[in-house]
Amino acid sequence: MKQDIEQLKQTASQVRRDIVRMVHGCQSGHPGGSLGCTDFLVALYFNIMNNDPSFNMDAKGEDLFFLSNGHISPVFYSVLAHAGYFDKSELSTFRKLNSRLQGHPTTHEGLPGVRIASGSLGQGLSVAIGAALAKRLNGDDSIVYTLHGDGELQEGQIWEAAMFAPHNKLDRLIATVDYNGQQIDGPTEMVLSLGNLKAKFEAFGWEVLEEPHGNDMASVVAVLEKAKSLTGKGKPIAILLKTGMGYGVDFMMGSHKWHGVAPNDEQLAAALAQLEETLGDY
Amino acid sequence: MKKYTYTDKKDTRSGFGDGLLEAGKRNPEVVALCADLVGSLKMADFIKAFPERFFQTGIAEANMIGMAAGLTIGGKIPFTGTFANFSTGRVYDQIRQSVAYSDKNVKICASHAGLTLGEDGATHQILEDIGLMKMLPGMTVINPCDYNQTKAATIAIAEHHGPVYLRFGRPVVPIFTDADQKFEIGKAWMVNEGADVSIFATGHLVWEAIQAGEKLAEEGIDAEIINIHTIKPLDAEAVLKSVAKTGCVVTAEEHNRLGGLGDSIAQLLAVNTPTPQEYVAVNDSFGESGTPAQLMTKYGLDAEHIIAAAKKVIARKKQNS
Repeated sequence: MKQDIEQLKQTASQVRRDIVRMVHGCQSGHPGGSLGCTDFLVALYFNIMNNDPSFNMDAKGEDLFFLSNGHISPVFYSVLAHAGYFDKSELSTFRKLNSRLQGHPTTHEGLPGVRIASGSLGQGLSVAIGAALAKRLNGDDSIVYTLHGDGELQEGQIWEAAMFAPHNKLDRLIATVDYNGQQIDGPTEMVLSLGNLKAKFEAFGWEVLEEPHGNDMASVVAVLEKAKSLTGKGKPIAILLKTGMGYGVDFMMGSHKWHGVAPNDEQLAAALAQLEETLGDY
Repeated sequence: MKKYTYTDKKDTRSGFGDGLLEAGKRNPEVVALCADLVGSLKMADFIKAFPERFFQTGIAEANMIGMAAGLTIGGKIPFTGTFANFSTGRVYDQIRQSVAYSDKNVKICASHAGLTLGEDGATHQILEDIGLMKMLPGMTVINPCDYNQTKAATIAIAEHHGPVYLRFGRPVVPIFTDADQKFEIGKAWMVNEGADVSIFATGHLVWEAIQAGEKLAEEGIDAEIINIHTIKPLDAEAVLKSVAKTGCVVTAEEHNRLGGLGDSIAQLLAVNTPTPQEYVAVNDSFGESGTPAQLMTKYGLDAEHIIAAAKKVIARKKQNS
């Protein structure tokens, strides 16, 4: 069932609550990027993609999503749980011993919804391209989606993959960049500037969409719909999605400081006061 | 000593190329990727037969490994091809995360392994690849000894579910195993039964071990020669059974003595039945330019060095008793 914009916003609010509670629960994890990418992942799983939560690894006839920046696992796990891949009660085990919800996503523990391990950055686009090649061989017209951090684009493998996809006319591939301008050591423009990303992807042969409002649900759905409409036209599609790291929790927003830091009890309470419980906490 | 002869010589990489073609005929899910070394990897026949199932990646090995992992999602059985150095050291983290840790059914096929790559020198002569690959949980590591065995191994790994590292080489070497052999992953091959010393050899060193065995026999030394083509999982039963009989061991491999076949055997013996062992392997150094034969002699990887190692370890056994 496709959720409408209002329902998507409700879902996003609950996912954000889950994120801060999960990270608080183990005093570890990455809340900043998770909060910033919540609207994107919620739109993808509850409106855009054709996917089956009963989960088959090979995903024939289904759209696929690969999370390349695996450190934002809290938002991924929460979205998968609410989409029905596993029970949301399992979110309480995040990053704890014997959990399927490892610090970074893995297939190793058999968690439904995860098709590749990620965390060591720069590898997800290659994997997605491989999956798209398999779909083409199988005569499967479904779409393969990916998400990458902007700092992650500093990895060389990304550009190997970025060169391969247009050369091979992989036009059912939509790669989104979480363009929040932040990485662990500070603003991306200070650490290692990305330059003109749009021009870079275009020079490699990609169709590029820019969305300046990556935390506005209607805008996120619209840009993803636009990207879908551009599939099958001979080029892979990149979306440069401007998001705010920490979006939705005022004291976590606009800074790299909450990249990998957990809130204490007081901060958790302050954060939850800003996020409506819409679907019931785990 | 059982007699081994040969009428033909071929490179093991041609065994891979012909095996890949056969695997492709048997299973339509078999696909291949190559990073700009199609000729060196002998993949031309596969590409001609199945052009839509081949992916030229360009000189971009990290992307190749990641794409291979992705191709398994959708049921494909990808074989990647490049030199051993670029198949392992260059892409270790991609193999670790996207293939091994992710439990993906990828076959990493590596040519020009070891010193016998020859004149290109140490930049290309990886001697650490067996160690790198065998340390990865779940990875199967295979180093066949001639054209026929490499072809059979290539066909066998397509039928085996799980990540595999298949290592072979550049030079033309004798073909002495059966053309119609069935390759059993993890099952050592008894080349010659003997009583005085166990020689465990892999890859190009198996033929050298046979040459050594013949000369040792002339001197009255009865060597047992076992081909360990699968370094992981190691055929522990075959090793322990042989050592129970001979009481001393020579290991022979075209690899650094650190982390290769010799260390796998030493570890097995140390915890089961500590046994005198001599290594025929590269002594923790890089290689250099030269012809394959010159390099194998200079770095101590030939029949003469196996003979010397066998005599030395037999003497150590006698000292201990």
